[in-house]
Amino acid sequence: MTAEEIYNSLKAKFGDAVLEAKLDALQPWILVASGRTKEIAFFLRDDPVMQFDFLMCLSGVDYNDGRLGAVYHLSSMVHRHKIVLKAQCTKENPHVHSISAVWGTANWHEREAYDLVGIVFDEHPDLRRILLPYDWEGYPLRKDYKVPEFYNGMKVPY
Amino acid sequence: MGLLDKRFETGNVFITSLDNLLNWARLSSLWQMQFGLACCAIEMMAASASNFDIMRFGIIPRATPRQVDVLFVAGTVTLKMASRIKRLYDQMAEPRYVLSMGSCANCGGPYWEHGYHVLKGVDRVIPVDVYVPGCPPRPEALLEGIIKLQEKVRKESLVKKSA
Repeated sequence: MTAEEIYNSLKAKFGDAVLEAKLDALQPWILVASGRTKEIAFFLRDDPVMQFDFLMCLSGVDYNDGRLGAVYHLSSMVHRHKIVLKAQCTKENPHVHSISAVWGTANWHEREAYDLVGIVFDEHPDLRRILLPYDWEGYPLRKDYKVPEFYNGMKVPY
Repeated sequence: MGLLDKRFETGNVFITSLDNLLNWARLSSLWQMQFGLACCAIEMMAASASNFDIMRFGIIPRATPRQVDVLFVAGTVTLKMASRIKRLYDQMAEPRYVLSMGSCANCGGPYWEHGYHVLKGVDRVIPVDVYVPGCPPRPEALLEGIIKLQEKVRKESLVKKSA
C-alpha cells in the first residue's frame, strides 16, 4: 500500500484521531492523537491489508518548542510497505498511550524514551528507567536539560 | 632485573632483604580483576590472548575482588558504574593497585563535555596508580603500564612504615 492509501484508511476509520500527515516525505509520516495510539496500532497490525508486524524503531523527540514526540517506524514483512507514525504531547502533560501491548519490542523502547526524554507512556506494564540509575533526576536528552553539579557526591562536570 | 639473575655462587644460599624478596614475589604475580567496561576491554582481551600473553607477567584474571591485587579499569566509567567500582575496590585486600586504562577512565575522554552520565576520570572515586593513555591503548601500551606498576611495587616496602 502507498502512504496515501494508508492515510486514507486511517482517516476513514479513526477520523479526528488522525491529525496531520506529510505523505511526500522521504519517509511519509502520519501524526495521530497521543491518547489513541494503541487502538490505531492494533488496527495497523491486525488489518489484513496493513499487517504492520514489525516495529523497526521507536524514538523520543524534544522539538524544543514545548512539544515532545514519539516516532514509530513501522514495517510489514508481508506486504513490504512502511509508514512512520507520530504522536506528540506537551512538556507540561507528557502523556502518550503505550503500544507495548501491540508490539513487544516497544516495551523497552518506551522505557528508554521515558528515561531520556521524559515521555510518560500510559498503561505501560513496567515504566521504570532503563539506562540511567533509578535515583537520577531529570531527563537528559531534553533540550533544556542542565547537567547536575553532583551525583551521589561525585562531581559530574569536567 | 636485579634479584635472581645473579648466579648462585656459594652453594644454594642466597642473601637478600626481605623487602626485595616480598616485592619480587608480589610483582611477579599481580592477579588482575576482570573489569572491562567498553572498547578498552577488547584491547585488554587482546593483551590476554596469545599474541601478547599477559600471563608471562604473572597476571591471572580473576572474577572476584577478594583474590586480586590489581584492578584494571578498562573503559568508560559511567556514574551508575562508579559506585560499583568503589564497592569492588573496597572489597579488595591490601596491598591493592589500580590501573586506569584509556582516555575515558583517565579523564572522561570524548565524553568530557557532553557526557552527563560519565565520570570524568575514575580517580574521582578511587586512587589510581598507573594511567595508560590511548583511545583505546594498544596491548603494548597496557603492557607498558603493567611494567610501570611492577616498578612501583619493586620500590615499595611492606616492612618499613611508609612516611
